[in-house]
Amino acid sequence: MSATGIGAPVRRREDGRFITGAGQYTDDLHVEGQVYAVFLRSPYARARITDIDASHALSGEGVLAVLTGDDMRADGIGDIPCGWLVKQKDGSDMVSAPHPPLAHTFVNYVGEPYALVVAKTQDAARHAAERVHTDFEELQPVIDLATATDSVEIHEGVRHNLAYDWELGDRTATEQALADAAHVVRLDLVNNRLIPNAMEPRAAIGRYDAATGEHTLYTTSQNPHLARLILSAFVGIAPEHKLRVVAPDVGGGFGSKIFVYAEEAAVLWAARRLRCPVKWTAERAESFLADAHGRDHLTHVELGLNEHGRFVALKVQTSANLGAYLSTFASSVPTYLYGTLLAGQYKTPNIYVEVHGVYTNTAPVDAYRGAGRPEATYVVERVVEVAAREIGKDPADLRRMNMIQPGDFPYETPVALTYDTGDYEKSLDRALELIDYAGFSARRIEARQRGCLRGIGMSCYIEACGLAPSQLAIQLGAGVGLYESGEVRMNPTGNVTVFTGTHSHGQGHETTFAQVVSDRLGVPFEDVEVVHGDTGRVEFGLGTYGSRSLAVGGSALVKASDKVIAKARIIAAHMMDVGADDVTFDGGVFSVRDSNRSMTIQEVAFAAYVPSNYPLDLEPGLSEKAFYDPENFTYPAGTHIAEVEIDADTGVVRVVDFVAVDDFGHVINPLIVEGQVHGGVAQGLGQALLEHGRYDDYGQLLTGSYMDYCMPRADDVPQFRVDTTTTPCTHNPLGVKGCGEAGAIGSPAAIMNAVTDALGVRDLTMPATSEKVWRAIRGAKGGIR
Amino acid sequence: MEITVTVNGRSHRLDVSPNTLLVDILREQLRLTGTHVGCDTSQCGACTVHLNGDAVKSCTVLAGQADGASVVTIEGIGAVDDLHPMQAAFREHHALQCGFCTPGMIMAAIDLVEKSDHLDDAAVREGLEGNICRCTGYHNIVNAVLSVAEAKA
Amino acid sequence: MYPFNYHKPSSVDEAVSLFLDAEDPAYLSGGMTLIPTMKQRLAMPTDLVDLSGVQAMRGIERQDQKLVLGAFTRHAEVARSEVVAQAIPALAHLAGLIGDNQVRYRGTIGGSVANSDPAADYPAAVVALGAEVVTNKRTISSADYFQDLFETALEPGEMIVRIELPIPRRAAYRKFPNPASRYAVVGVMVAQFDNGVQVGVTGAGPCAFRASTLEAALAADLRPEALAGVDIPDAGFNADLHASAEYRAHLVGVMARRAVADLLAS
Ligand SMILES: Cc1cc2nc3c(=O)[nH]c(=O)nc-3n(C[C@H](O)[C@H](O)[C@H](O)COP(=O)(O)OP(=O)(O)OC[C@H]3O[C@@H](n4cnc5c(N)ncnc54)[C@H](O)[C@@H]3O)c2cc1C
Ligand code: FES
Ligand code: FES
Repeated sequence: MSATGIGAPVRRREDGRFITGAGQYTDDLHVEGQVYAVFLRSPYARARITDIDASHALSGEGVLAVLTGDDMRADGIGDIPCGWLVKQKDGSDMVSAPHPPLAHTFVNYVGEPYALVVAKTQDAARHAAERVHTDFEELQPVIDLATATDSVEIHEGVRHNLAYDWELGDRTATEQALADAAHVVRLDLVNNRLIPNAMEPRAAIGRYDAATGEHTLYTTSQNPHLARLILSAFVGIAPEHKLRVVAPDVGGGFGSKIFVYAEEAAVLWAARRLRCPVKWTAERAESFLADAHGRDHLTHVELGLNEHGRFVALKVQTSANLGAYLSTFASSVPTYLYGTLLAGQYKTPNIYVEVHGVYTNTAPVDAYRGAGRPEATYVVERVVEVAAREIGKDPADLRRMNMIQPGDFPYETPVALTYDTGDYEKSLDRALELIDYAGFSARRIEARQRGCLRGIGMSCYIEACGLAPSQLAIQLGAGVGLYESGEVRMNPTGNVTVFTGTHSHGQGHETTFAQVVSDRLGVPFEDVEVVHGDTGRVEFGLGTYGSRSLAVGGSALVKASDKVIAKARIIAAHMMDVGADDVTFDGGVFSVRDSNRSMTIQEVAFAAYVPSNYPLDLEPGLSEKAFYDPENFTYPAGTHIAEVEIDADTGVVRVVDFVAVDDFGHVINPLIVEGQVHGGVAQGLGQALLEHGRYDDYGQLLTGSYMDYCMPRADDVPQFRVDTTTTPCTHNPLGVKGCGEAGAIGSPAAIMNAVTDALGVRDLTMPATSEKVWRAIRGAKGGIR
Repeated sequence: MEITVTVNGRSHRLDVSPNTLLVDILREQLRLTGTHVGCDTSQCGACTVHLNGDAVKSCTVLAGQADGASVVTIEGIGAVDDLHPMQAAFREHHALQCGFCTPGMIMAAIDLVEKSDHLDDAAVREGLEGNICRCTGYHNIVNAVLSVAEAKA
Repeated sequence: MYPFNYHKPSSVDEAVSLFLDAEDPAYLSGGMTLIPTMKQRLAMPTDLVDLSGVQAMRGIERQDQKLVLGAFTRHAEVARSEVVAQAIPALAHLAGLIGDNQVRYRGTIGGSVANSDPAADYPAAVVALGAEVVTNKRTISSADYFQDLFETALEPGEMIVRIELPIPRRAAYRKFPNPASRYAVVGVMVAQFDNGVQVGVTGAGPCAFRASTLEAALAADLRPEALAGVDIPDAGFNADLHASAEYRAHLVGVMARRAVADLLAS
């Protein structure tokens, strides 16, 4: 392994600009002549807009316009679509309520934008926004997920507020197996609503060039090409070839910046109307209200076991809160990214899941780090844990005896997936060893002497990354393909520019992808530059989500690199006057077999652009594109084990040790991979112990700032202990699986298993806040001491 | 009103309205966009700079309060080819991902190390309470800061 | 933020007269409460009178059995002061628990006491130590000072100049922080004087108060165990997302026990 090749912990090259303050995030851009937009947002969860009086606002100094949802509609701007059409049980399409970028007749959640004020300064826009008088007729909102299907209809014609009633698996067989099971464990689980909170608030600048008709959108996006596609094809802002979307440095996303948002459409439209660049930057309060939220499920689960403890059936019924409208991928998260993962690592023969996708008057809910898979893992790993306790088996043993074995691959689950490879016991064993499982009881006793309740919990998760293949996904309702594109361009002087359709907003692609390409082409790492995030420079792409970038985007680059090598080989053979078959390629050098003649790939590149001695029938140039469409998902899996200590007096939970052993296939850059795990686990810890997006009965967000929404801080998390095992993915050229979400997928169940273990209770609802835990302790003891 | 501030060693005379925040002076007037804004309740620390030698949240300092002061921002502590030890440690330990919290985190960390006699894991975590990072899980940040603290000791 | 006029006086008198001449003024101390409030447009003063230039409001001094803190003393100064560490180490400890480093470099004791946030830390010390709040007009005893939610005995325009804190034999402060904001859900200071034990509680009620039942129990027996059976009624206690009144009452007991243990160990 070279110092910069595959597997090396290369220090990130993007860091140079970030640690010196030279990063260029959207809000850092200053477009000549820019003016500022402020959005007017609904103060009510559900209301009819009866009048908007902007006269006062318009008279303010520097105010350029107040534009409303009606204006937008009159200009022919269309609705924001949902990108995945889910079929219901009865075969009918899901019910998608119209989602105008700016609300016109009705508003359906607090924070929904219905107009924007544009002014020469930010301050002027804010002042003017306060002087717009809007009359609302309040309507009864639907907030509570548990009762939403029996409440008033939010959207006309959407009966029971149900977007869909979806199922997967064999209901009859599953119910029969449950009826015949020796033990059935039943559990009701809540997956708490989370607010993503990337540290960079969303921002967008719209720009219009009247002379050329070109529109440019600078935006905080994880997938600029998708934004362009949706904004042109569906929202109708501009034709695709007249719209350029640039996502410069992006300060975190975690899913929340995948989606196409109202503000992006609005600034472009306003820029065209006003003939000047229009900039908007969210305040954090707006992020809380109007970024798509995550999770929010109510689930009833039943797990059947036979007399030996083998799982015989799993039945899952879930209500998924989708919020007021279907955000870009909202429909697929609680269905295809959730139901399909319910087999977990186990050979459960019968699985059935049904999901109600429910509208409420809350912010739209969509993919958030893990998207569906943390929810599935939580269900499986909580119920398995409870089963172990109820039948008196060691939780590790019960898991182990039900695991899919290395010899079982490829393994077809009862919920539509085929796992290609894995060795689940290996990760489990390594994690048990790292945590010193055998020594736990001594640690528990020691903690007790300090007044602390210590618990241990594990979670053996599996997830699916790099959604694929396109044809299957499209049959299942996906609105876009799931391939990725890449281009490897050797420049005449021998260095390389790489274009990728994925997008890096913290994942370090500029480093990892350069490692991959430099390794493949045998050119120095420093000579490879990675370009992403600009539809004007990169041909096409689907962006970064679902831990897909390396497995799919990286594979496209391997494919393109191989095309470059193939062409270069022909050129080299011609120049060295031998047949292409006589030329070998290794470490950037083409050599003639059994001779000492050779040329570097850089020499070949020069020849390709300055073709003097060159094959007549070959085009000049050395630049190749590839689209890579994976044939399957990749299946990272692993075991996370948490140990917690609870202050018995106050109920405060601390994670005191955390071990993650993950199988991500081959690892290109271990430094980056570990960082992804740390970050994911911290978010999972946040979900388990701290974070909860809460509304009151009127639909006002109670956790609308960092005063009340509890973000993990440095002193909330322990040092993590991270290790990997490796079973290479069998169907992509790098043998990689994806590591971006595993931390957030595996950890919540591990931590909650530890908390419930410490308390000796069956279940506790996330987040395990100190008061909840204190009540559980008190309940167990029958009174305060 | 007219104020004088020294930013990264250069003195500026600026005409500002009293309701201007230090962070806006830095970002909008001086175009020093390395200092970021991540919240509106003075909690995230993305805007941290040094004001007369102390780490402060520049989103919560008014122009008038900065009058006559010396301010150091992320742009003022080192350059790509001449990094401050804390910057170098952040890179070495992979203590950043998206980089958005990073300038504030580095400025807070420098202050923490300078003003503390002894730092261990717990003390660093407590000392960084005013800075939120969503990406890294803090693990590598803490290790980076500890490495600088150890080098100092 | 709305526009306002900015003034920077150099004396108490000048500050007060600037205040009285303005339409809807506010004193600006560290700004750690006032500026966020103004940014959110929840406060819109026409004039800010910045107290940072008033020398008379600065300084930490021990005067016999009193510790005198200028109103403009920043939290970080208190946390790191040798004088405070000698006189009332629990106060230095308390100051070091306020917010975070950046907040402590700016926020001041005068601003905190003037603001009387129900979740602020200093008020626990002010009541537990029986401090006196000295203003430009008079001296207010802590017993009269805190009145209700964000309500104090200060009259419009009245300005805190310094706080005078009697030095106890021993004292200790325990805080149960709000996991999100890090303010106090409950904070308890226990102070032992020659003539008795005083317990100040913040976070639990609309403003800081003395916990007489706890004081009575500790007067008889200054040990954590003495608080075991003491009933802490939660009537009138705060309740929010993070803690119900009942839980707060429980936490007052736990924090008090721990503070007593710390005090005995000091
Ligand atoms: C992120 C964050 C976390 C925090 N955490 C905590 C915490 O854990 N515990 C805690 O106790 N506090 C906390 N605070 C509040 C902080 O301690 C403030 O500094 C304090 O409450 C107000 O002090 P200030 O000097 O900043 O006052 P300012 O914000 O300047 O003023 C506050 C109010 O008092 C008035 N005022 C100021 N000085 C005087 C005076 N001398 N006479 C009369 N009126 C005056 C002002 O007009 C204003 O109404 C936190 C603040 C932030 C931003
Ligand atoms: S922007 Fe200053 S603390 Fe968040
Ligand atoms: S690196 Fe992204 S928020 Fe810290």
